[in-house]
Order: sequence, then C-alpha cells, then structure tokens
Amino acid sequence: MAGSLWRSTLSQVVGWVRRSSIQSSVSRRGMQTVTLIPGDGIGPEISAAVIKIFEAAKVPVKWEERNVTAIKGPGGRWMIPPDAKESMDRSKIGLKGPLKTPIAAGHPSMNLLLRKTFDLYANVRPCISIEGYKTPYTDVDLVTIRENTEGEYSGIEHVIVDGVVQSIKLITEKASKRIAEYAFEYARNNQRNSVTAVHKANIMRMSDGLFLRKCREVAENFKDIKFTEMYLDTVCLNMVQDPTQFDVLVMPNLYGDILSDLCAGLIGGLGVTPSGNIGANGVAIFESVHGTAPDIAGLDLANPTALLLSAVMMLRHMGLHPHADKIQTACFDTIRDKKFLTKDLGGNAKCSEFTSEICRRVQDLDGGH
Amino acid sequence: MAAVFRRSLGAVVKDLYSLQWQQLASRPLSLSANVCGPEAAPARADATFKVTMVPGDGVGPELMTAVKEVFKAGDVPVEFEEFHLSEVQNMATEEKLDEVLNSMKTNRVAMKGKIHTPMEFKGELASFEMRLRRKLDLFANVVHVNSLPGYSTRHNNLDLVIIREQTEGEYSSLEHESVTGVIECLKIITRVKSRRIAKFAFDYATKKGRNKVTAVHKANIMKLGDGLFLQSCAEIAQLYPKIKYETIIIDNCCMQLVQNPYQFDVLVMPNLYGNIIDNLAAGLVGGAGVVPGESYSAEYAVFETGARHPFAQAVGRNIANPTAMLLSAANMLRHLSLEYHSQMVSDAVKRVIKQGKVRTRDLGGYSTTGDFVRAVVENLRHRSVY
Repeated sequence: MAGSLWRSTLSQVVGWVRRSSIQSSVSRRGMQTVTLIPGDGIGPEISAAVIKIFEAAKVPVKWEERNVTAIKGPGGRWMIPPDAKESMDRSKIGLKGPLKTPIAAGHPSMNLLLRKTFDLYANVRPCISIEGYKTPYTDVDLVTIRENTEGEYSGIEHVIVDGVVQSIKLITEKASKRIAEYAFEYARNNQRNSVTAVHKANIMRMSDGLFLRKCREVAENFKDIKFTEMYLDTVCLNMVQDPTQFDVLVMPNLYGDILSDLCAGLIGGLGVTPSGNIGANGVAIFESVHGTAPDIAGLDLANPTALLLSAVMMLRHMGLHPHADKIQTACFDTIRDKKFLTKDLGGNAKCSEFTSEICRRVQDLDGGH
Repeated sequence: MAAVFRRSLGAVVKDLYSLQWQQLASRPLSLSANVCGPEAAPARADATFKVTMVPGDGVGPELMTAVKEVFKAGDVPVEFEEFHLSEVQNMATEEKLDEVLNSMKTNRVAMKGKIHTPMEFKGELASFEMRLRRKLDLFANVVHVNSLPGYSTRHNNLDLVIIREQTEGEYSSLEHESVTGVIECLKIITRVKSRRIAKFAFDYATKKGRNKVTAVHKANIMKLGDGLFLQSCAEIAQLYPKIKYETIIIDNCCMQLVQNPYQFDVLVMPNLYGNIIDNLAAGLVGGAGVVPGESYSAEYAVFETGARHPFAQAVGRNIANPTAMLLSAANMLRHLSLEYHSQMVSDAVKRVIKQGKVRTRDLGGYSTTGDFVRAVVENLRHRSVY
C-alpha cells in the first residue's frame, strides 16, 4: 500500500521533471523548427491563418514549408519527396493541412504514405466541447488514442473463390504494447486520471485478447493511473448517453477510427477537431482531419479552427504550454462571443476576419500580463 | 453498353431465381423473408401458441418473469417452454444446445435473453450464442429504434430500423497465432450472404412502407471485402426501384447519427458495424432498456432486446428496465398474428412510460422492475374491460 503510494509520487515527480526539462531545452535552443505542409484546397489559407496567429502570439517557432506530393523513387516505389523527409527528420515536428488523394493517380493515399514513412503508430484526438458552438452534448472532455499501423486496416485482403472475400485483421504483441505505453504516458503527461481499453475480446477472443493482455501488463507499471476495460458496444451505448464518464480511451485501429469520429461528432464535427500522429523516433505530425473543401478554396471562407487547435496540441507536445494556453483561450473566446464566426460555425465572417480577431485577443492577453 | 448492362442484370436475376432463391422469391412481395415455411396457423381463441424461452444470464430471468406476468394478466394464449442455457454458469453443454434447437425447430418462435460469453479463453473460439445463431442460421438482426413518447432525450421523434447481417463478417471466430505475438483474425464476406441480407432489408422496407435504405460500409479501406458487400447491395437495389438506396461510410455514419439522425431510415450493414450502430442508436433513444430487436432466419424468428448486454451488475436488485423485452414480446405476438394482444401489451407499456410516474432507474426514476410490471398490468386491465 505504502509502496504504491511511493511509486505514484515518484512517477509524478519524474513526469514533472521531464516536462520542465523539455521546456528548458526549448528555451535554450531558441527558435524551434517545424515542418509545415499546407496541403490542398483550403490548406494554404488555413495554414496562413495559423502562421499569422503564431506571429501575433510571438511563439518561438520557425516554419519550413514543404510539399509532399508523391513521387516515384528508385525501384518504382512511391515515396514522399526527399527534401520533405529530410526536413521532418531534422525538425521532428510537423503541422499538416488537408491532403487530396487524386483518384486513379496510381499512388496510394498521401496519408498512408506519410504514416508508413515515419511509422506514425498513434493517432491522438482530444475532444473537448467548445463553448459557443452548441451541440446537444456539453461537457465532453475525452481523448481517443488509436493504434494506427495494424489491426483491421492492414490492407491484406484476397478473393478466395469467386464470391468469397477474406480480410485479415492483424494484432501483434509489439504494436499493442507500444500503443498502450504511449496511452499511459500521455495520460501522465497531461494530468489525466484514467485510461480505458476498448475491445471486443468476447467475440475476437485471441486477437483482442492479446491487445487487452498487453494493456493490462503496461497498466502494472503505471499505478498512478486508473485502468479500466470496456466492450466496444458498451462504450458506444454510454458515450451517446453520458460522455463525461470517459477520460482517455485506447484501442486498436478500426474501433479507433469509428470512435474518434463519433467523439468528433459529439463536439461539432471534423471542422473543429484537432488531431495528432505520433511516430517512432520521436516524430510527431499534427493535422486537421477534415477534407480539402475544393468548393470554397481560395474564397477566404474556410474555418481554421481545426488546424489551429492541432497547432495548439503541437505546442503542448513541444512543452510551450503558456503560448498554447494563450492561443486556445483566444480562440475559444472568439467563438463564444459569436461576433466573428465563419459560415460553418453559423456566422458569416470571412476567414481573415476570424483570424484577425483571434490575433487581437492574443495580443490583448499578452498586453494584460 | 446498354446491352452489357441488360445482360449483367439478366445474369443477376437468373442467379436470384436459382433453386435456393426459389424458396425465398416465390412468395408475394408483401411478406418478408421470415415467413417462408408452411403458412402460420391463423389465431384461434382456444389454441395456445408454444414459444421457446431461453432466459439467459444477467437480468434475463427477471425480464422473462416480467413478460410472463404481463402475459398472464392479459390472457395471452401463449405457452412458454423454458430452457436454462448459460455458458458462465457451466450449464451449457452440447446436449442442452440440441434440446433447445429441437424445441425451436418445432415451435419456430422463441424469446431469448443474452447468453453471456465468459472472458476466459476456454478453448472454444465461438461463443454459445454464436453457435446457436449459426445452427439456426439466424442471418438477419432487426433493431427498432423508436423514441418513446413521454421520455425525451437529446434527439426526439426518432424512427430508425437497423438491419444487421449476423452470421459472417468479423464474427467468424477464425483466429490463429501464426508466430508467438502475431495473431490473425479473419473477416469473411460472401456474395451469397450479402445478397441475402440486402434482399431482406429491401423486402422489409417494402413491407413496412419505408422510403430509403442506406448501406453502411468501409469500402474505402477494405476494398475487396466491403466492396463486395456494397456491390451486392447495389445489385439488389436495382430490383426495388421504389426504394431509395444510399451508401455511407461507417465513421461518417456514426458522426451523422449523433449530429443529425433524422436523415436515416433503414440501415443495412455487416456484422461488426451493426453491433456498433445498434448500441449507438439505442443510446440515442434511452439506452439498452428500451430498444426491442429480433433475429430472423428463413424459418425461425427469435425475439430479444436490441442492445444485447447481460447487465450483470443489476442481477437480483430488481432495477432492470423490462420495456425492451415487453415491446419485443408485443412484436412476437404480432408475428404470431395475435394483433389484438400485441396492441394491448405495447399500448400498456407506452402508456406507463408516457405517464412518467413509474420509471426504472435507467430512465431517471426510482421504481423497481416489479413496480413497472405492476403498472403495466394495471394499464392492461383498463383496456381489456372493453
């Protein structure tokens, strides 16, 4: 009993020391480089908006813009341009706008390529209700962490005989352990109280059983965080009735895809949801998950909230908490005031007006200190 | 180009009229796929219908008691044959399963609670419930998502039907460990079963006068598997020109269900997505306690709750909500052509909920299961005075 208390305080101290060391390393380094991938459609507009807001907040970040349209490398395999890869490997942090996958271009989707190149194994989506953007669900405050490399999306399918198709769902010990460890570390670093593993081990006894076993093993090393497990259908049932009972959710690929979109729907859709992808080797790419919206591209009507909140997530990951809090407060205050809202949030302001309003508030918050 | 189209359509139609489809197709369009064997006997006042009952685990037995009490009070001509099958309590053996199957084959109609699957891996990959389902070939699961009058949730006046393929897909129980630490789980999709569930969905929509059928899939990722499902649905949709056919990806569907569920009418989907959407939709109207559901095969019908949870933490505490089971029992009576009794039971239940005085804990009240059942019986008596 006393041993666990000692262990939990020790782990909290370790977490605090680690956080403060990251912060001091950033300030020692001065400007940190971030690879920016504007994307297609409304991508360039919302990226410009984010750059403007970061300037107003005096964030010590240097942007490096890169393009990631696939090119055919030696050996005939599709890959991202080498300068983009080199930039990302150097800076380790990326911010990405929406990418378009052209049909019949011969290459796989860009998101898939990025995922494979940097081994982005965890997809993190924090879903927090936005005051001022009313949905039937208030008080949502949860994080979905989804394993992004295997599971049902391994892409291994074949036609056995005509009319019978078999898809293979792959669960490995290594990937399950990795995602569970990431989930618990995330919970610790962000002061979260509990982690819930979502599974369907009553039906898929071996595969989800393995996932669950790994989660339980990792939970042993993180005694300060409460660990529960819940069936996928129970989670869905309770999520739409009372989302406040959930904190951090960790799950394999398919369930993660569905649940993270469900949670995005609870807070208002993909236009206001941030998302981050964490890779091995310390690479982290933060992105907006909505589409490229080609019909409003270039018309200054886009809503930069999703990319902005992803950028805030990025700042937190880099340890720049004061700047992150400032920008997030400014953004939420602007939406709550309802004077400058873009069309999808119910107003009729332009993207540039919305951005300027947020910049003004950020500078006000700065001036107030 | 048109000739190719006509030829492929001809091939589809010929396929559908092959021997195995003769049985399903050679009946009037007004009947759905579940009434397929000898015609159900017309209701006679002196005859009782025999129905197999499997209470299952958790609160199943309590809910079944509620149904029996209400039926007794309403003089419903139904007699139950009970079987206690339970995997967790080790009362499930092959012989018991065979007994239940034989009883079902004679009676053709059953009421069932949830047979809980124990978490430990006992060497059998398929749970008891799945084996029961496969042996009876209960391929279609229909869940009626209707908002209850008098109980308001975040989304009111919902009226959805969710049709889910129940025998293949991700629940094939085909798993193996290729190397230590690497496990493969197979998801099987076949054209025959996809067509069968699609035809069931469109027949159901036609019979109940519904306008739209939406197929839910993830064919952008699982191109071959869900692609086959989608192709089968599209082929069947061509045979029903009066019903609108749409498709939607599962994650977008979940998002739309919590933001704007009124755009959906009838949803059809493979196994796992069905499980998710059943529970999601049940949560939208009030939880697992208020949504009835049934499973159909070509010859049998099994009536149960829509969201299948044993709800073990409520066992013995008399707090479970019997609404779902009672509404499902009313649906069963309608299936047996006992229209009068069916209407009586469902009206009584709805009246109690509308009055709002007696509500179980999941709907925000403090009444026990017993209180609720008594209130329903009271309301029954009111009606049968006429």
